[in-house]
Amino acid sequence: MTVTQTPNGFTLNDAGKRIVVDPVTRIEGHMRCEVNVDEHSIISNAVSSGTMWRGLEVILKGRDPRDAWAFTERICGVCTGTHALTSVRAVEDALGISIPENANSIRNIMQLTLQAHDHLVHFYHLHALDWVDVVSALKADPKATSELAQSISPWAKSSAGYFHDIASRLKKFVESGQLGPFGNGYWGNPAYRLPPEANLMAVAHYLEALDFQKEIVKIHTVYGGKNPHPNWLVGGVPCAINVDGVGAVGAVNMERLNLVSSIIDQTIEFIEQVYLPDLQAIASFYKDWLYGGGLSATNVLSYGDIPEKANDRSVNNLLLPHGAIINGNLKEVHEVDLKDPEQIQEFVTHSWYKYDDENRGLHPFDGVTQPNFALGRNTKGTRTNIENLDESAKYSWIKAPRWRGHAMEVGPLARYIVGYAKGIPEIKEPVDKLLTDLGLPLTALFSTLGRTAARGLEAQYCAHLMRHFQDKLVSNIKAGDLATANTAKWEPDTWPKEAMGAGTTEAPRGALGHWIKIKDGKIDNYQCIVPTTWNGSPRDPKGNIGAFEASLMNTKVENPDQPLEILRTLHSFDPCLACSTHVMDKDGREVTRVKVR
Amino acid sequence: MPPRVLILGIGNLLWADEGFGVRVAQALQRDYIFPENVTVMDGGTQGLALIPYVQESDVLIIADAVDFGLTPASLLEARDEDVPAYLHSGKTSLHQVSFQEVLALCKLMGRGPEQLYLVGVQPVDMKDYGGSLTPEVKAQLEPAIARILARLGELGLPAQPKPGRDGPADALDMAQYERHRPSAETACRIGDARFLPGDPG
Repeated sequence: MTVTQTPNGFTLNDAGKRIVVDPVTRIEGHMRCEVNVDEHSIISNAVSSGTMWRGLEVILKGRDPRDAWAFTERICGVCTGTHALTSVRAVEDALGISIPENANSIRNIMQLTLQAHDHLVHFYHLHALDWVDVVSALKADPKATSELAQSISPWAKSSAGYFHDIASRLKKFVESGQLGPFGNGYWGNPAYRLPPEANLMAVAHYLEALDFQKEIVKIHTVYGGKNPHPNWLVGGVPCAINVDGVGAVGAVNMERLNLVSSIIDQTIEFIEQVYLPDLQAIASFYKDWLYGGGLSATNVLSYGDIPEKANDRSVNNLLLPHGAIINGNLKEVHEVDLKDPEQIQEFVTHSWYKYDDENRGLHPFDGVTQPNFALGRNTKGTRTNIENLDESAKYSWIKAPRWRGHAMEVGPLARYIVGYAKGIPEIKEPVDKLLTDLGLPLTALFSTLGRTAARGLEAQYCAHLMRHFQDKLVSNIKAGDLATANTAKWEPDTWPKEAMGAGTTEAPRGALGHWIKIKDGKIDNYQCIVPTTWNGSPRDPKGNIGAFEASLMNTKVENPDQPLEILRTLHSFDPCLACSTHVMDKDGREVTRVKVR
Repeated sequence: MPPRVLILGIGNLLWADEGFGVRVAQALQRDYIFPENVTVMDGGTQGLALIPYVQESDVLIIADAVDFGLTPASLLEARDEDVPAYLHSGKTSLHQVSFQEVLALCKLMGRGPEQLYLVGVQPVDMKDYGGSLTPEVKAQLEPAIARILARLGELGLPAQPKPGRDGPADALDMAQYERHRPSAETACRIGDARFLPGDPG
């Protein structure tokens, strides 16, 4: 048994029972989590491990920088466009390429669309089942469900007949034995608190949100030419504008601009009449379940995104806020310099990679990604069948990025804390209102529930920003500016012999950065630090634990065989380990094993 | 009304034979012209995000690399109720939403394809990261395409060969993808050692 005090303020004790959850389900990619619980079932030590080798960067070496976006779009099944945007920004930064205003507006609309879509899918399809008991929904009275729905929202689909129909479809589905996405839930666990009617309402909206996807994805088809995998372009966007054109193919015309506009209205309506009322209703049953804050109360980071004006990455031009907060001091928001070698560094002391000197961190410009799968001597099990990881040694395929040596949380909650600290009204006012409505103090924001709430509020903010940029685009077009791309530096013979640049976005899951070195027209080095690298990072040489690990500390687990609380908190980050690429699963099956030792 | 047909290639082209479905979709898009109500889509590793498209189809044709324990590189065909069993693996999307779940959710939502048709290939190698299709699996592209075209013919919706190629090749075009691959020394090509049985790592 060891008791350790981490520099970032946590007391780790690995004496108690060890619970292993592998894989963590309903996330993108593969992740394993091990915790120790004390005699009161309180988590006293947490270990999170990315169980996949990550190697996207190395397969880009030697390729055309103008194609990198297309590869990065294939890393993962969810944030395709956000990687592509980050990649074209990195290349443009390296080569000094500016983009037209219309391209900036269109990119923003695409990024904001992804943000709103992703938050919606995350809330209903990946996270709601941590709060909503699907099986309990079968006991709901449709009439009472209708009354509940009508008491919280003017949304039209709320009759008793509608909920009756949903309940019978659900019943038939459950009775067929093919539970599909509902197959591995901990239904009936005491950690579920909603009455059957709230559960049924949430299930109905789960299905409506799936259906709503078909509208929102059309925006990417209009501006990106196709979906999934929309097209991007270094120097702008690959869609031409011809307001007088007709039809659904060729240049973007008035008909399609109007289509986008009407989808934006529907998006705002769905978020405001379905997502946010559901979020608040669910939160009201869990408002004393304020576990999961982890690093959010002390260290958060956001690169910022959504530039109002094109080609200006200065802090005040970014509508999603930029900055770092450390040691919980909300009075001071630090600027983050992506190119300063002393600021962002990645460590591999506890990661399955090799550096020449592993006590030092490397800035992404100098980053290396060389695998080194070695296990600590206290590992239980074998190399191919690990029972317990040894967290004193290497234990994850995720590197440990740090900002000025600090472990940081990134994501919607980090952005909202930075925005709140800066007093940005579009962020601060809705946060204050939600807290007041729920009767909670500001400190309640630093929790699993706060993370989930920030995501919902951000979806609303993003939907309104979509409206802003769509209007801006249309008025710019009407004023006669049709430019969407700058091709002046398209040809490699216009580039310097060597160049380096950084591109960032705020992905749905948090701060995303790509760093590129170009030499003789080819990619010489490419490094990505993805949001889940920040949040899912293992320990660093000083012993700081990462955001996932910190968020699990001191949480009570009602039933160790059904670690619902662990999943609830990890899901609140919307982990995406696919950026770390892929798993070689021997029989291709997904069975979560929960082991208690 | 002729049926609405969605031809969906799924998989991840960064992992050798796992890119089979995507390569089939790309080749169809590049070389053929389809009737208006036939859509060819490179679905990549998308999971839930494919639901809107799947729901809007009457006939769903899937091309994928599926492990069904046959001789490596053999082709398999399946229809209707036999299809979901081949799609359980969860590898369609790393979201752990397998394509089987996508079909189950369509059922729960009460709208989805009435007919399913799968052309699958038994992969030879899915562990060559950054690699292309193995020669054996690549040789099955044309036969797989021929089967899909034949299925369209049965539905009374034949595709026509395109007279010429339009525009420059895609950044992920198979030939380019192969030509510019970095060396094994530059870019590690293997997966996670613990998932490579027999590999001493």
